[in-house]
Amino acid sequence: MLKRVFWATSAVILIGAAGFGIYAYKPAIEPVDASSRTAFDPEIVEKGRVLAAAGYCSECHTAEGGAPFAGNYPMDTGFGTIYATNLTPAMETGIGSYSPEAFRRAMKEGVRRDGRHLFPAFPYNHFTKMSDEDVDAIYAYIMTEVPPVELETKENELPFPLDLRFLQAGWKLLFVDFDDYAVDPAHSEEWNRGAYLAEGLAHCGACHTPRNPLGAEIESDQYGGAQINGWTAPALTPQNASAVPWTAADFKSYLTEGVSANHGISAGPMGPVVHIGIRELPESDIDALSLYLGEKSGTNNGDPVDTSAVASSLERGRPDPQYRKDQGERLYATACASCHYNTEQIAAGRPDLGINSATNLDTPDNLIHVILDGVSGPEGIDGVVMPGFRDALSPTEITAIAAYLRDARANQPAWPDLAQTVTRLSNTAAPAE
Amino acid sequence: MIEFEINGKPVSVDADPDTPLLWAIRDEIGLTGTKFGCGIGMCGACTVHVGGRATRSCITPVSAVEGTSITTIEGLSPQDNHPVQEAWRNLRVPQCGYCQSGQIMQAAALLQDIPAPTDEDIDAVMTGNLCRCMTYPRIRNAVREAAAAMTQGNSDNG
Repeated sequence: MLKRVFWATSAVILIGAAGFGIYAYKPAIEPVDASSRTAFDPEIVEKGRVLAAAGYCSECHTAEGGAPFAGNYPMDTGFGTIYATNLTPAMETGIGSYSPEAFRRAMKEGVRRDGRHLFPAFPYNHFTKMSDEDVDAIYAYIMTEVPPVELETKENELPFPLDLRFLQAGWKLLFVDFDDYAVDPAHSEEWNRGAYLAEGLAHCGACHTPRNPLGAEIESDQYGGAQINGWTAPALTPQNASAVPWTAADFKSYLTEGVSANHGISAGPMGPVVHIGIRELPESDIDALSLYLGEKSGTNNGDPVDTSAVASSLERGRPDPQYRKDQGERLYATACASCHYNTEQIAAGRPDLGINSATNLDTPDNLIHVILDGVSGPEGIDGVVMPGFRDALSPTEITAIAAYLRDARANQPAWPDLAQTVTRLSNTAAPAE
Repeated sequence: MIEFEINGKPVSVDADPDTPLLWAIRDEIGLTGTKFGCGIGMCGACTVHVGGRATRSCITPVSAVEGTSITTIEGLSPQDNHPVQEAWRNLRVPQCGYCQSGQIMQAAALLQDIPAPTDEDIDAVMTGNLCRCMTYPRIRNAVREAAAAMTQGNSDNG
């Protein structure tokens, strides 16, 4: 009995493995000779240039300081570092030997020309939504316009068994929907165009959709926001944390100008996405993307400038008219505290005005006299002077300082006639020296 | 004639009694290290020591200092090596440098009274000395460094 179970189990495992092997196996596609490639229609090449830009291929396929598209950009995936491949039409180390079919298969199935599986650091799970026509245009552009650069791609730094490429077939089986983009009849043609671009070529979700522990985008949380290269790719859903919701108009401004007045600028990894990427698209495509993203964010209606968030932020940004309430304290800090400040004990030459007689008397006259006219050499401490502020501070300012001292420092009830006293003494001529 | 002592030397100034001390120092006596800033005692650029205490010379009438002893930046230390000056150089405090003689005179006076000031003490006493270049963090560091040097007795200029 046990034996039978053993054999049955083994058979299931073997058949499963064989089945997986057949599924995982991809044949090599014959290399092509560059000279056999016929010239492409310049219009197709130009379309391919725009699409390659809007898919920011060169962003990940160019190393810092390296030749464009020549690869070796290190991508820290969290599982290990993957080096982007050489996309130039170089025959040995680039994709010069790729036929259109091989390129299409790489883009839409994540399989190299030699039949080995690509890692999903390359977002073929998005590009699979692209039309063959669009993929072929990118092929035409790369083969025509990108200068070939022979540069060996570095070995990926992935731990065993993650470095086994055939296992990627299992990942694809679990996580990738290889169907073409399906038009959503519930939405307009423009919306669908935006969705086609966002979910395919622009692969917005590659950064803006959180990933599961196996590194696959969590479909049920599409555009839910994620971390990328130490930056937050914010949610493109109603959960977006912005004070003002994103509308289609905001997205359009952001994707063309790199700034949305109500939100901010495209910085960090998003900078090149806008500046060397999306903005290359024709305006109608950017309109479509913006419409789609605006609806995903849940707010394509209304003028956000009218929202209370804007009004209250502007209000909070205005200087607080109450700042003058501390005028006396501020003037004291500037004009008086250089001498009239003590720390653990009172120094002889640093009169402490909180306990000073002049501040504690029932009338402010003595204090005001000294503030107005100071203390000369023969008065007070021998050889020490205090300048008078009669011509430096206004009666209002002197009143503020005196009121501060009386209230905050001496902790005494306010002098009822302080302002009048200051005015009266200010109008009296200074004593002759 | 108004007579007083400046940087250890007796001087007599023939000036209107209301003349600001700063003008006497700069124009009559010819010591121009002390600067004119706001002219209303609110910026500290004109700070000198009168009787050892930091004093705003722009609003102090020269008549008030009759018989006193005044120290300007030129007389703070014979070799220009007061610990505050040393710290100033070590930390490259000044940017444009206009306020620095006032800052240094104020800091030297502060450390006489409060030899180990906290940051709050430094802020409180130095607030009246404005620096348009916003070098305040370096000023505060320099006052700390000078305080440490003086406490360790590395200098007898304090």
